[in-house]
Amino acid sequence: MGVEQAERSKSKQKTTRRDKETRGDETTPSRRSLSARRSHSEHHGEPKNAGLTQEEVWAYGLGLFGIGLGLTELMTPRRLARMIGAPSGHNGLIRLMGLREVAAGVGILTQRSPTTGLWMRVAGDVADLACLGAAFLSSRSDRGKLTTAMMTIAGGTLVDMLTAQQLSRGVTTRNGTIPITAAIIIDCDREELYHHWRELTNLPQFMKHLVRVDVKDDRRSHWVARGPVGSTVEWDAEITEDRLNEYIAWCAVEGAEVDHRGTVRFEPAIGGRGTIVTVNMQYRPPFGTLGAAVVAWFGEDPNQTITMDLRRFKQIMETGEVVTTEGQPAGRDEIPSWKYDQAAR
Amino acid sequence: MKANCWYGKQDMRVTDVPDPKILNKRDAIIKVTSTAICGSELHLYNDFVPTMKQGDIMGHEFMGEVVEVGPGVNHRRIGDRVVVAFPISCGQCFFCKKELYSLCENTNPNAWMAEKFFGHSTAGIYGYSHLTGGFAGGQAEYVRVPFADVGTVKIENGLSDEQVLFLSDIFPTGYMAAEQCNIEPGDTVAVWGCGPVGQFAIRSAFLLGAERVIAIDRFPERLQMAREGGADTIDYEKADVHGTLMHLTGGRGPDSCMDAVGLEAHISGPLYYYDRLKQAVMLESDRPIALRQAIMACRNGGTVSVPGVYGGLIDKMPMGAVMNKALTIKTGQTHTQRYFKPLLDRIAKREIDPSFVVTHRMKLSDAPTGFDLFNRKQDGCIKIVMTP
Repeated sequence: MGVEQAERSKSKQKTTRRDKETRGDETTPSRRSLSARRSHSEHHGEPKNAGLTQEEVWAYGLGLFGIGLGLTELMTPRRLARMIGAPSGHNGLIRLMGLREVAAGVGILTQRSPTTGLWMRVAGDVADLACLGAAFLSSRSDRGKLTTAMMTIAGGTLVDMLTAQQLSRGVTTRNGTIPITAAIIIDCDREELYHHWRELTNLPQFMKHLVRVDVKDDRRSHWVARGPVGSTVEWDAEITEDRLNEYIAWCAVEGAEVDHRGTVRFEPAIGGRGTIVTVNMQYRPPFGTLGAAVVAWFGEDPNQTITMDLRRFKQIMETGEVVTTEGQPAGRDEIPSWKYDQAAR
Repeated sequence: MKANCWYGKQDMRVTDVPDPKILNKRDAIIKVTSTAICGSELHLYNDFVPTMKQGDIMGHEFMGEVVEVGPGVNHRRIGDRVVVAFPISCGQCFFCKKELYSLCENTNPNAWMAEKFFGHSTAGIYGYSHLTGGFAGGQAEYVRVPFADVGTVKIENGLSDEQVLFLSDIFPTGYMAAEQCNIEPGDTVAVWGCGPVGQFAIRSAFLLGAERVIAIDRFPERLQMAREGGADTIDYEKADVHGTLMHLTGGRGPDSCMDAVGLEAHISGPLYYYDRLKQAVMLESDRPIALRQAIMACRNGGTVSVPGVYGGLIDKMPMGAVMNKALTIKTGQTHTQRYFKPLLDRIAKREIDPSFVVTHRMKLSDAPTGFDLFNRKQDGCIKIVMTP
């Protein structure tokens, strides 16, 4: 805990909206956990640009862009139609589209959370694409220009969608890193849990993405993880803080291929009901915010991964094994969709 | 080996699948000697439960002989004759220690899915969708039983398969439903649904001291079986359920009510079509017709116990009645393991012979026919037992 309080006081100089929300919880550990989700970004966040997450920056940018485009559609529909190669005579429709763009943009900029406005943009993008598709069938349109317009909108749709998805998930990045937090209650003494975790070679038992961890000395270790499409990623890590039975902090060493750091805390649960294990991790996904969105799109929600890892840790500590169904029989080898599922995994 | 697999709505097939293997230290492999079709599997058969995958092996009521044990199994040996509990429980988590076995925190590898639907996950269940872990079920020649020490009860006396098989689910389920009613001497208990769980709920209510049990259904053979168990009966297609219950109890209502129907309830009249329609357009996933009636009929300060399966959202829940009448609602998947010993004792002492509920016996290879028969409630079908 000490570390986090220190981190927080370091970043105290700035006063942001989030600071106000979390200021009340600097007292007892149990009280703090009530606002842990909101405040964890605080622990890891670096002072620059602290008011907005990168997703919010993207969202407001898209909102402003939408208002600009919408106003153009409203005021000069004819010129716009010529520009994108659409047939003339649909000024009413274009103005309607413009109105929608402006509404979504205003929604993004004025609502407390830009998420709804952003999904509105996604819906609008789909409608735009449908209209352009319809225009494509008309003999009066300039198909070359239309194709360019459609590609542009399709690209915009992707950006809208990925940003909206990240906002909906509540996965936010600051300076390109994603902080992840998860906690689980385990019916064991914290000594036992600490020692199992501190034996870093045990981590791959429950951290699904780790292939192995080689311990070099008391502080340093070498980590091998599964990367995308069958690749492996390796890095050296170092334990930066280690308090017996309480807390371990580690990070990838300077110059490593991945930017990764994490902490695990073991606190007795109230009422003698075992131990609450809380993990905070931070990693920098490829290509920042949108890279994170793309990774999440393909099923690697980092919050869920860590939650499942912790659940497996609990299974090992409480029952001695990781519960599984992998390798059990089923009557589906001959089904193509099943094979596809397996391959996709 | 042969196994009965799910391939879609009302599409079951018995196919050849690989034999199960020991995957974990505390697993055992059971050679199945008897297995049954559970009413709750009809919800899978009719595709009301999401996250089924084609080829999933069905079945969560089964028993047999231990043929292989993992190195972490301490109390079961090869050759033991056992009945298996339908929830898979580790025996060591917070909930298992409280004997709330169906809430085990460790046995659902797909807990994240269940959390999306329910907020929290329950224990893993054999052959009951990937929401509850996607464990291969017992309508097969062999089954892998995780945490075999916790999930099985050894049968040592000369009781027949049909006498003990239902310890796997429906007997404890009916019993727990009745136990949740906190029955006091003189109590009247009403039971909606006279399927297998309803039948055990009726008999368990008497075992636990109910003065009178009133059973509600529309199928003559089910009402007949309820009467054989000592209940008075109401055919809801012929009589007004609420009015009859009030008449029989002098207007006070039954002291406790059990909904042994669940999410695919039927009723005569327009309300049924109202719920059917809402289900069809996905405004609700479950039809809580029996539950609504039970809440409205239950006496002030009484208990509504719900062994019937619900999976999602219901509509027009009379919460005002629950609150103003100070009702207690108790429900849950059965903590089967908790009832193994006491109910086996009752069977051994001849207080009850659970085989009364069996109406059909067939081979495992006829499972698809069995499902169809049971689903359409034809030929007086109440409970089907299959042998490999």
